[in-house]
This record gives sequence, structure tokens and C-alpha cells, in this order.
Amino acid sequence: MPWDRNQMAARAAQELEDGMYVNLGIGIPTLVANYVGDKDITLQSENGMLGMGPFPFEGEEDPDLINAGKQTITELPRTAYFDSATSFGMIRGGKIAAAILGAMEVSEKGDLANWMIPGKLVKGMGGAMDLVAGVGRVIVVMDHQNKHGESKLLKDCTLPLTGKGVVDLIITNLGVLEVGHKGLHIVECAPGVSHDDIRAATEATIV
Amino acid sequence: MKKIYASADAALDGLLHDDMLIAAGGFGLCGIPELLIDAIVKSGVTGLTIASNNCGVDGFGLGKLLDTKQIAKMMSSYVGENDEFMRQYLSGELEIEFNPQGTLAERMRAGGAGIPGFYTKTGVGTQVAEGKEHKDFDGETYILERGIFADLSIVKAWKADETGNAVFRKTARNFNPPAAMCGRVCVMEVEEIVPTGSLDPDLIHLPGIYVHRIIQGEHEKRIEQRTVRKREEA
Repeated sequence: MPWDRNQMAARAAQELEDGMYVNLGIGIPTLVANYVGDKDITLQSENGMLGMGPFPFEGEEDPDLINAGKQTITELPRTAYFDSATSFGMIRGGKIAAAILGAMEVSEKGDLANWMIPGKLVKGMGGAMDLVAGVGRVIVVMDHQNKHGESKLLKDCTLPLTGKGVVDLIITNLGVLEVGHKGLHIVECAPGVSHDDIRAATEATIV
Repeated sequence: MKKIYASADAALDGLLHDDMLIAAGGFGLCGIPELLIDAIVKSGVTGLTIASNNCGVDGFGLGKLLDTKQIAKMMSSYVGENDEFMRQYLSGELEIEFNPQGTLAERMRAGGAGIPGFYTKTGVGTQVAEGKEHKDFDGETYILERGIFADLSIVKAWKADETGNAVFRKTARNFNPPAAMCGRVCVMEVEEIVPTGSLDPDLIHLPGIYVHRIIQGEHEKRIEQRTVRKREEA
């Protein structure tokens, strides 16, 4: 059985270590926060906050307190606020240990495309280009194939890039793959999924 | 030193002209200068270039300036919440210069700090790097990005004293300090003007030297994505 969204998020949470400062992207990456367990993880929200707490209780929403997805959130005892230039100073400066992001396409060289579909989706890259250029480790969580059953792990990305050679680890519904020098390495398969299943579902070179 | 004005219209008097570059604070609808945006709509100036992380939503924030077609160009990182924006962009009425969010913030900060350009590794190997100078430092490639020097900054703070020393609240700080810094003139709207001396000098987020005109007013502070969790039954 391939992993569902929550199982992919839970698997991504295993990559996080005690004491890490981490940035979570929108979508499945946001769910990772539900699976960190007892680990001491500080979440950064790039609109200017370290120590992001859960959603507020109904009636306690604060318009001055949102995350990078513009959702209302809460603060924690450890929370610190800062401006956007300082926020991206810590991202670009390599102070954030890891970012967990979604993707449209990833190449076997670790190129990432997740911000634009020419002629269709032109919303902007937000902070994604800064994150992949600056943080210690880039972990991508994504479906292995698109709706048409085509591999999203490619030899070369076809969409405009967010970053070149930036992805370290890919977690899909089928398993976990690491970006190596000559292609992708299978680290783990989802339950009931074989190496051959992953190879058959992947366009990128698997070594 | 007289920085306090009675209204947004009065505070912008003599500062607006067609085709100018305005830097605006805010992230999404959080910490945006609502009152000054309304006053710019009323003024009717057109051909504006606006450096702002986002462009509001349909009918609110900078989205109001889209409805009246006063914006010619946006310098932003994300404009996804606005149908009118997409319509004007796809029909060629509106120009967009996409900036990575951190690059946009640093371009404002740099402009305010008198730095005309800086090198960053953000965007290397992507569309953003096209046409920009590349330079290697210690074996890694960087691109040259330019500081932003705006004709006018419009920002929003929580409290300011009569000299413009300002304090922001929670994540409403976001782009406001760098946007304030990069303008030749900065107009700030606040929820409360407090007597000079009543803010702790150690806890000022933006020193008043960056702020030229101040207004106080009521803010709608609209929430873009209201997300909540359930209370667990005791």
C-alpha cells in the first residue's frame, strides 16, 4: 500500500532531529508538524516568526498573527518575531537546518520546480527560491506520479526551476529517494511497494 | 518636529505623482497600510510601480488600486490571491516583476541602507537570474540584485510616538521596516500614536528617523485564511 498524505508527512517528520529550526511549506509539509512527537523542533514561518504554534481556538484568531500561508496561527513561549529582511537573512544565511517543501517536478540532479506552469499558473515563487538556496537540507514531499500516471521524478525538469541541484531527499507516496551524484538512490519503499515498482514509476535515473 | 497629520489625504499631500515608485509594507492582508492605500485610490494617480510582497485580494488592500487601474507594474513575490490581477496580467495591462521573497526584502533593506546592489545565491540557475551579473565567491555562484530606492514608502505599525519611533505587533511587522527604510519619504499609519517617551527606547522596532509623516486611524484588519482548531472536551 502506498503512503497517504499523512503517512508521507509522518515519514518526513522522521528526518527531523532534536533542536532543529525547520521551515515547512504549504500543503502536505504543513502536516509534518503533527508528527514530530517529543522532538524539540522550532518552526520558522518566513513572514517573520520563529516558534510557530498550532491554529487558534475559534474566537481567538488574531489578524496580526498568521503564517506564510496566510492562515491564522498562535505563538508559543519561545516565539520571536522579526521583519522579512531578518527572516530571509536567517534563511539565506544557513541558520535554518531544513525545509520541507512540495514539488511539481524534481530531477535526478536535485533540480526543483514548484512555482510556475507557464500560461497556466503564474502566482509567484514566494519564499521558495530563498529557502532552497539557503537552508541546510531540502526535503521534498510529493506524489510520485501526476494524475495521468506520469513520473514527476524526471531526468530533467520541464517547468521553470525554483532551484538547481538543491534537493537532498524526496519522499513520495511510493517511498524515499536520496539525490546522489549519478542519480537517485532508493532509501526506503512504502509497505507493499517494491524497488521494481518504484523503478517502473520513475523516469529519473535510479542507481 | 511635526510629523503627525490629521488624515491619510493630508499626509500624502504633495507626495503623489503619476508613474512613481511606491514601496508598501504588509504580507498578504497582514500589516498593510489600508488607510494610505484608500487615499491613493482617491488621489487618482496612475502608472504606479509598487514594490510589495503581494497585491492584496480582489477589492481589498492593493487590490483596490488594481480595480481602478492605477498600477502599471508590481514588484512582488506572490500574487496568487487575486483574480483581477491575473486578468490584467494575462491581457497585458499589468507588468509583473517576480522577486524571490527574501530578495525583495533585502532589496528594500539595501536601498534604505544606501547599498545599490548585493550578491545572493537565491535564484541562481532559474529565470530570476537571467540577464543579471553572475559572480563566484569561494567556489559558489551568486547573482547581483539591486537595492530599491522608492519615491515613497507606505507602511503600517501598531504604535508610534510623536517622533515616529515605531513598534509593530506579531507577524504584522513583516515587510514594513524594510519598506519604510527604502523610501525617500515614508508615511506611516498606526493604530495608536502615543506620547513621546512612553515607548521603551530599548524596544523600538523602527527608529523615527525613517518615518516622516504619521497618521492614526481605525483598521479593518481583514483575515485572509481563518483557520482554527477544536477545543478538546474536558
